[in-house]
Amino acid sequence: MERIEFDYPEAKRRVTRKAHVGVVGSGDMEVLLEPSLGEGAHVFITTSVDGFRDAWKAVFDRFFSKFDGAVRIDINDAGATPGSVLLRLEQAVEVIEQ
Amino acid sequence: MNEQAGLRGRAWFKALTGNNKPKAGDPNSILAADAPFGGETALFLCVVPNLESRFPCVRDGQVGLEEAYALATNIREAIAEDNNKPKAEKRPIIAVVDVKSQAYGRREETAGIFFAAAVSADAYASARMAGHPVISLIAGQAFSGGFLTHGYQANRILAFDDDGVVIHAMHKEAAARITRRSVAELEKLGHEIAPMSYDVRDYAKLGLLFRLLHTENPKNPTEAEIAGVKQALAEAIEDARAGKTDLSNHLESDAAKQTRKASIAVRNALETQWETA
Amino acid sequence: MSQTNIIPDFVMRRSFIELNGRARAQSLFDEGTWKELVGPFDRIESPWLPMQGIAPQSDDGCIVIKGKIGGSAAVAIAFEGAFQGGSVGEVSGAKMTAALDLATKDSESGRPTAAVLLLETGGVRLQEANLGLAAVAEVISSILALRQHAPVITIIAGTVGCFGGMSLAAGVSSYTIMTREARLGLNGPEVIEQESGIDEFDASDRALIWAIHGGEQRVGMGLADTLVEDDSEKIAAAVRSYIRAGVPIEHRSRQVKLYRDRIAALDTSQQIDPATLRHQWGNSTGGAR
Repeated sequence: MERIEFDYPEAKRRVTRKAHVGVVGSGDMEVLLEPSLGEGAHVFITTSVDGFRDAWKAVFDRFFSKFDGAVRIDINDAGATPGSVLLRLEQAVEVIEQ
Repeated sequence: MNEQAGLRGRAWFKALTGNNKPKAGDPNSILAADAPFGGETALFLCVVPNLESRFPCVRDGQVGLEEAYALATNIREAIAEDNNKPKAEKRPIIAVVDVKSQAYGRREETAGIFFAAAVSADAYASARMAGHPVISLIAGQAFSGGFLTHGYQANRILAFDDDGVVIHAMHKEAAARITRRSVAELEKLGHEIAPMSYDVRDYAKLGLLFRLLHTENPKNPTEAEIAGVKQALAEAIEDARAGKTDLSNHLESDAAKQTRKASIAVRNALETQWETA
Repeated sequence: MSQTNIIPDFVMRRSFIELNGRARAQSLFDEGTWKELVGPFDRIESPWLPMQGIAPQSDDGCIVIKGKIGGSAAVAIAFEGAFQGGSVGEVSGAKMTAALDLATKDSESGRPTAAVLLLETGGVRLQEANLGLAAVAEVISSILALRQHAPVITIIAGTVGCFGGMSLAAGVSSYTIMTREARLGLNGPEVIEQESGIDEFDASDRALIWAIHGGEQRVGMGLADTLVEDDSEKIAAAVRSYIRAGVPIEHRSRQVKLYRDRIAALDTSQQIDPATLRHQWGNSTGGAR
């Protein structure tokens, strides 16, 4: 198991809602998305699969290239693919922006 | 491998009741007797191996259909007989526990062993809620559905402290297979993670035990050891009578406050949020 | 020709099984009356899984929702079968026990609060072994306390089914609702095959598994109460009708003599034929009254 953290200080737009999507089932993950307490966005990942820090970084760089909300994101992961990570993130964003 | 289940159970049932024979109508795997205990009468219950059982998958001391319903019958009779007595006079019910597991059999599943186990757990819990002190003495093994059926509804649990005592959700070999570990890894984890441990001294850290007891040879106790165990049981009975009839004491010991912090946090958070929902 | 004539029923109905545990629990409540308690953002996770290199879940796979069902106070407690097989851990077990105890407390103070248990579980979580087993004992005790005042209704919809210690929770419930896709038993087929050999139980024999553990059989033999289609509205309606019915006059799990006599009457010289047993038990009185 590995814990990974990223900060995206440029994501400054205030958000007010929370979202929870996904289940920590095999090949899947859960996302908790809520307003950030401080400045910028913060990502906290707990994953059962070690050694994929670079892949997570690439996914979040891409995600925050389009999304600018000041959010705290918590992820519990049981081996989701980058594609399903992005899908879960988009689902969570859809909930808070609707 | 664990030692044969039932030898310790039988020895202690005999030591505490002077009796070693099944009651008429009960299967040979059930020892049940009302016996004098500390100036009153207590109901003692024990499950032992029955090599001739008509259910093949219980012959090594597993708890099966007949065992569960026989336990429930004996307990329900005691509840009914003491129904009109004040709480302080309801007879103690003492489960002597040495069970390998629930029965792993097709006959059992077909005829609903899940329900039989529930009927027995219901009877034990009903006795406790009616005010009977329900005490478990874990003399040997207390595995999984076997323990849920026979003993885990007690309001006080006592156990011997030697390596022959094993309280667990699943025996080592199967647990290792299912969690994809070797038995050696599993044993190592047990020392770090108390709820995983097969060692009764680690089980004590969960805060579920009223007391750990020691005997030199649990299959063949001395008179002094028997007297000591009787004294501990009497104290457990007294403590149970003075306490609540639910299982809230599971979270009240110092050990539970350490090990089961998460359980306590859940209860507190839920209680707070419940009021405003 | 109306639309309903062209589109078959199964296209129109809303599957319950396809919902996750949270959505299942939500679907039972009157609109706008419910609230989730100790949810994901409270982050009470298993302390034991990360110690073993396993990612936890923010709700530990147990969802507690309080609200109104058919106008009556109720709490639903759902196990999420997709997280660790719906297994009972310290936190998920404590959530269920605590919710049941609060429902009992309210019921005792004149606000009867029914409980609905949505059980999709393989039993005790082996990574939290003895705390899971203790939690099951506590859950059983708390169900028995509540059901004196308000009904405890178990739903087993599938596809995980209800096995291990939690099958006893179903056994002491006031009423059990199952679908044809649900299974209920103490030991799963794989465990029996592993412990007692393939001659005792061939875990690859799917027909045998469903004949023994399937919802149709369990309802048919009187160890569960109603068989419903995999349809959210029908399941919610069944729950509402049991809440209206209230506490049974005599719970099934107190009918010791009836079931003991039935076991005594079994011919155990060979395996028991499930269909014959269903016919024998289904034709006599029994079940929750």
